[in-house]
Amino acid sequence: MHEYPITQHIISVASEYAKKYGGTEVKVIHLVVGETSGYVSSSIELYFDIIAKGSLCEKAKLDIKRIAPKLKCNQCGELFVRKPFTFECPLCGGEGSPTEIGKEFYIKSIEI
Amino acid sequence: MSENKEIEILLSVYDKNEEIAALTNTKLTNSGIYAINVMGAPGAGKTTSLIEIVKRLNNVTPYVIEGDIEADFDTKTLLALGVKAIQINTGGACHLDSPLIDKAVEDLKLSNGVLFIENIGNLVCPAEFMIGEHAKLLVSTVTEGSDKPYKYPLAFEKADIILLNKCDLLPYVDFDEEFFMKGVRALNKNAPVIKVSGKTEEGFDEVVSWIMEKVKK
Repeated sequence: MHEYPITQHIISVASEYAKKYGGTEVKVIHLVVGETSGYVSSSIELYFDIIAKGSLCEKAKLDIKRIAPKLKCNQCGELFVRKPFTFECPLCGGEGSPTEIGKEFYIKSIEI
Repeated sequence: MSENKEIEILLSVYDKNEEIAALTNTKLTNSGIYAINVMGAPGAGKTTSLIEIVKRLNNVTPYVIEGDIEADFDTKTLLALGVKAIQINTGGACHLDSPLIDKAVEDLKLSNGVLFIENIGNLVCPAEFMIGEHAKLLVSTVTEGSDKPYKYPLAFEKADIILLNKCDLLPYVDFDEEFFMKGVRALNKNAPVIKVSGKTEEGFDEVVSWIMEKVKK
């Protein structure tokens, strides 16, 4: 549900950059969305067409790169995607700690 | 058709919220306010815990911002205790964000004390949004089950202090404390985990000591 205002924000940033670089329309918006960023990619896609209407982004294609969250093993340093109900490293059985991988959410670039 | 031209932006979508949160945090610090973001699932006992904490605060003025999707029962309870409380109804939104808090902080006219911001009952989104707080307090319960750190890792990772509420019910529920603590510690090495009970009032003195230590700094 909080994807609505964020989608508005993405469209306004993309339109602003397009104008700044002399574009008349945004063709593609490249987003990077971590799966624990709190934003659901499919909800952003859902709102996008509605909000983009009448803007420079009206015909833009959303390209969303999803990033799975990774833990870093405290023992061997391996970065891994955890299994449910455990934080154990699949390589050495050590314990993994949270990293920033999977928490990111940014507008990577646009194509005009 | 001509080739597309790619323009690099690399702008975090969180920036706007975090920018305002940082401003609010500075304002609060300058007014002598220590702000605590109180998070937890619906029914975890966030308001009950706040009441127990507020009752034990000596020589410190408590302020409360109550976030709720609807209604203001919690605020009325706090006002009845003489606490300066303000209600924010998000009208459906699942978490509080920094512009909302920035406005509420203006309205409350705070000076010197502790501000508790009770977030929406939700273990997911509140952990993801800074709202200008100095610390995050998480209320978890033995009735929710010991798997919560595994299912909602971010809330446990971000917490500065964790209350394990309803511990008077431990004999009646299958709560695996070892499994719970293993999960908490994998995510968070430092936050104290304090067993409390809103019913028997145990554990809250320790919570208040932790808060007072922070306030003094």
